[in-house]
Amino acid sequence: MLQLNINGALYDIDVDPATPLLWVIRDYAGLTGTKYGCGMALCGACTVHLDGAPIRSCVTPAAAAVGHSITTIEGINQGLDGLHPVQQAWIDEQVPQCGYCQSGQIMSAVALLERNSTPTDVDIDTAMSGNICRCGTYPRIRKGIKRAAMAINALAEDAVTDG
Amino acid sequence: MARLHRRAFIRMGIATSGVLVFGAAIRRGDRAASVKSLVATDNESLFDAWLKISPDNTVTAIIPHAEMGQGVHTSLAMMLADELDADWASVTMQEAPAHSEYANYALARGYTLGDTDFPAWLVDSVNGFYFQATRIAGIQITGGSLSVRSTGQIAMRTIGAAARCVLLQAAADQMQVPVGELVATDSVITHPATARTATYAELAPAAATMNLPDKPTLKDSAAFRIMGTSPPRIDVPAKIDGSAKFGIDAVLPNMKYAAIRAAPVFGGKVLSVDESSIQDMPGVRKVISLGNAVAVVADGYWQARQALLQLKIEFGDDGNGCDQSGIFEKFARDMDRTASTNSEKVDFLSGNASRALTRAETTVTAEYRVPFLAHATMEPMNCTAWVHDGKCELWLGCQDPLRFARKTARAIGFDSDDVIVHNQYLGGGFGRRWQSDFAEQAAHIAAQVHYPVKLIWSREEDTQHDHYRQACISRFQGGLDGDGNATAWQNHYVNKHEPKRATRIPYAIENQRIVHTVSKTQVPWGIWRSVDHSLHAFFTESFIDEMAEAAGRDSYEYRRNLLADAPRFQAVLDLAARKAGWGSQMPKNFGRGISIHQSFGTIVSQVAEVEIRDGDPRVHRVVCAVDAGFAIHPDGLIAQMESGIAYGLTAALHGEISIRGGAVEQSNFHDYPMLRMNEAPTIETHIINSGKSLGGAGEPGTPPIAPAVTNAIFNATGIRIRELPILKQSLSLRRA
Repeated sequence: MLQLNINGALYDIDVDPATPLLWVIRDYAGLTGTKYGCGMALCGACTVHLDGAPIRSCVTPAAAAVGHSITTIEGINQGLDGLHPVQQAWIDEQVPQCGYCQSGQIMSAVALLERNSTPTDVDIDTAMSGNICRCGTYPRIRKGIKRAAMAINALAEDAVTDG
Repeated sequence: MARLHRRAFIRMGIATSGVLVFGAAIRRGDRAASVKSLVATDNESLFDAWLKISPDNTVTAIIPHAEMGQGVHTSLAMMLADELDADWASVTMQEAPAHSEYANYALARGYTLGDTDFPAWLVDSVNGFYFQATRIAGIQITGGSLSVRSTGQIAMRTIGAAARCVLLQAAADQMQVPVGELVATDSVITHPATARTATYAELAPAAATMNLPDKPTLKDSAAFRIMGTSPPRIDVPAKIDGSAKFGIDAVLPNMKYAAIRAAPVFGGKVLSVDESSIQDMPGVRKVISLGNAVAVVADGYWQARQALLQLKIEFGDDGNGCDQSGIFEKFARDMDRTASTNSEKVDFLSGNASRALTRAETTVTAEYRVPFLAHATMEPMNCTAWVHDGKCELWLGCQDPLRFARKTARAIGFDSDDVIVHNQYLGGGFGRRWQSDFAEQAAHIAAQVHYPVKLIWSREEDTQHDHYRQACISRFQGGLDGDGNATAWQNHYVNKHEPKRATRIPYAIENQRIVHTVSKTQVPWGIWRSVDHSLHAFFTESFIDEMAEAAGRDSYEYRRNLLADAPRFQAVLDLAARKAGWGSQMPKNFGRGISIHQSFGTIVSQVAEVEIRDGDPRVHRVVCAVDAGFAIHPDGLIAQMESGIAYGLTAALHGEISIRGGAVEQSNFHDYPMLRMNEAPTIETHIINSGKSLGGAGEPGTPPIAPAVTNAIFNATGIRIRELPILKQSLSLRRA
């Protein structure tokens, strides 16, 4: 029995500890927003956060997540009033097409902006090149990240002003 | 009939559209009454099967089609709402019911056939018609492809316009004024003379009892209020919070999971399975051989997959052990044979190409090659199947639910009506999700157990058991007169599929001979975004560049002169060249290349800017000009151009499926690489609304990109890429 903290909720899951976190999240916790794409950490569709850092859940054993906090796309706006700025930017730029890769794209983008709120194009290339999109939404993802960065920085400035 | 390709269905659908289409929109008889319980509540008013109006004045378009990212749910609703003069802010859509006794597609099909006595031979084309609406709907967003003209342009617009007619009549009755004095705007009807108003919701109950006109007048494009704008797509919010349900997300009570491995060699068979090799593995329920594949069913997917990897299976190759080099050698041999006996199959002839070549001042000769390609949709093939109570229910994302129901029923010996397809969002289609192989497997597995089973292909299975874009050799001879003008165009290639005109060029070259040779391979063929256009645009738009080079002319000007009698093409070419700054100075190691190609009724020209850095090409910028007749949803058209370019650029730079010993060598994204963010160019799309017939959008962006890039590489380096993928050729670039 493994106990996992996913989006702040505790799940007791009876599963082989070697099972990749991806399948535990999808098939045992029932959170299907995280996607299977390759099973080899090559495409990024399965990206979730482990203590805030982006990981490929398809190659991460569930046991490795015990004692850590896991965040999936379903929990990315927890504690926020409404959508995460990255999600809002994805709507504003009309980023998704088929949408299958977008959970992973958003998780990678959120992680990027949390450590770098003014990413350059090179920063975006570095942070996002692990996430494949077959619909070719890359130009809109790039715009979405820049738009979200502006929104996040504006919020931060407001916070400073208010403070 | 069963042997006809998808596109043949479409063509038949078009040929008969006058009858079929109006039949689809407005049927005699009280269709609304028979479907109302499925789609509407008691206090909602249903107009035919496609439209309902709620007491709060919400207008709902009822759409029996799946969304795969092209925006069909939005564009069809737009078309209906515009003709209805509805308030877009209060328009929504719902998919026709999936969990009722009628599957949504069966509903649609039954509806179309309705009380009309179609001959049996038309049934498949009716199915194809619905397929179109689903798959090409992307095209619809941006203007509608040839047959989407049928679904959105006619079915959705017709019902919107017809409902508007009866709402006006209901208002006229209520206000006791002539219809001609009434104005319909934003879901409200006004009588300006007396300043009286009535909402659609107030009028709907009375209007819904009236007979809808068969052929209401549709708006002229100048009167469009919603079509031609770019409202946010309806499907986007669910795709940013994880709530969108794709086929792979289906969950049923007591569901188990299956992993599968097919014989690696095409046509191969299962010789033996040693179940004892996995007897101690946890969660395993059942091992099922399907003759050419073996599935393991387990409590969890990971358990099924691990057991499958450990399961000892012996496959036979059935003698199908071809290699990549052997396939190309066979192509060349078969081409040589038909050429030597003049027995090629003719696509197009004009003038006398061989005589013109003999008389030409200069001749240009080239041979091009492209490899097999897999689709690599982000969502691997999967299907959840449940066989119970004499029915087979399928949950999956597919491009043609009716065909899937028919094919699956045939595979497991069921009646088509007993196979119910619950179509979900598609995690990419690109033609792959027209093939029903994975659904048939899932049904076979589910038929042997008493619980629902979710079958998921691994990425490896998905890569190695696709239906592939064909590999091809294409040979050219071109003739130029003393002034460099093109006088002869001879093209001989191997294996023709669809569309039939994919090899045709828009250029005014008097003597043309375009022919092909059939040379079969064991590699399964499938439709792949833009189908034959994906290869022939590379061939023809490379070769016209080679002719321009031989003539010593600028490649844009050379094309432009040959398009003097094709003003629509010329306008698209000019726009792309102008926006790209054609002719302006480029930095060192940069090159610019241009291409133009028409497919699915849409003309696209692209200019690529490529830098050669350390011997590798880097595509920095693509300028795209597109004429799809009229862009119903301009941002959707732009998105589809971006998508088509990325898809075609992936193939041009990286794409190669190769065959060894009869099996696919590649298995996952490490050896079948995809375009990633760090390689994605800036894309600028410019739209021309020429007002000509509506064309497609989902596919026409793909064909021109490969030649635009290889022409740019030539411009930068003087090296002509005649074989894709480009990165396989990077060594020669390094020498440059």
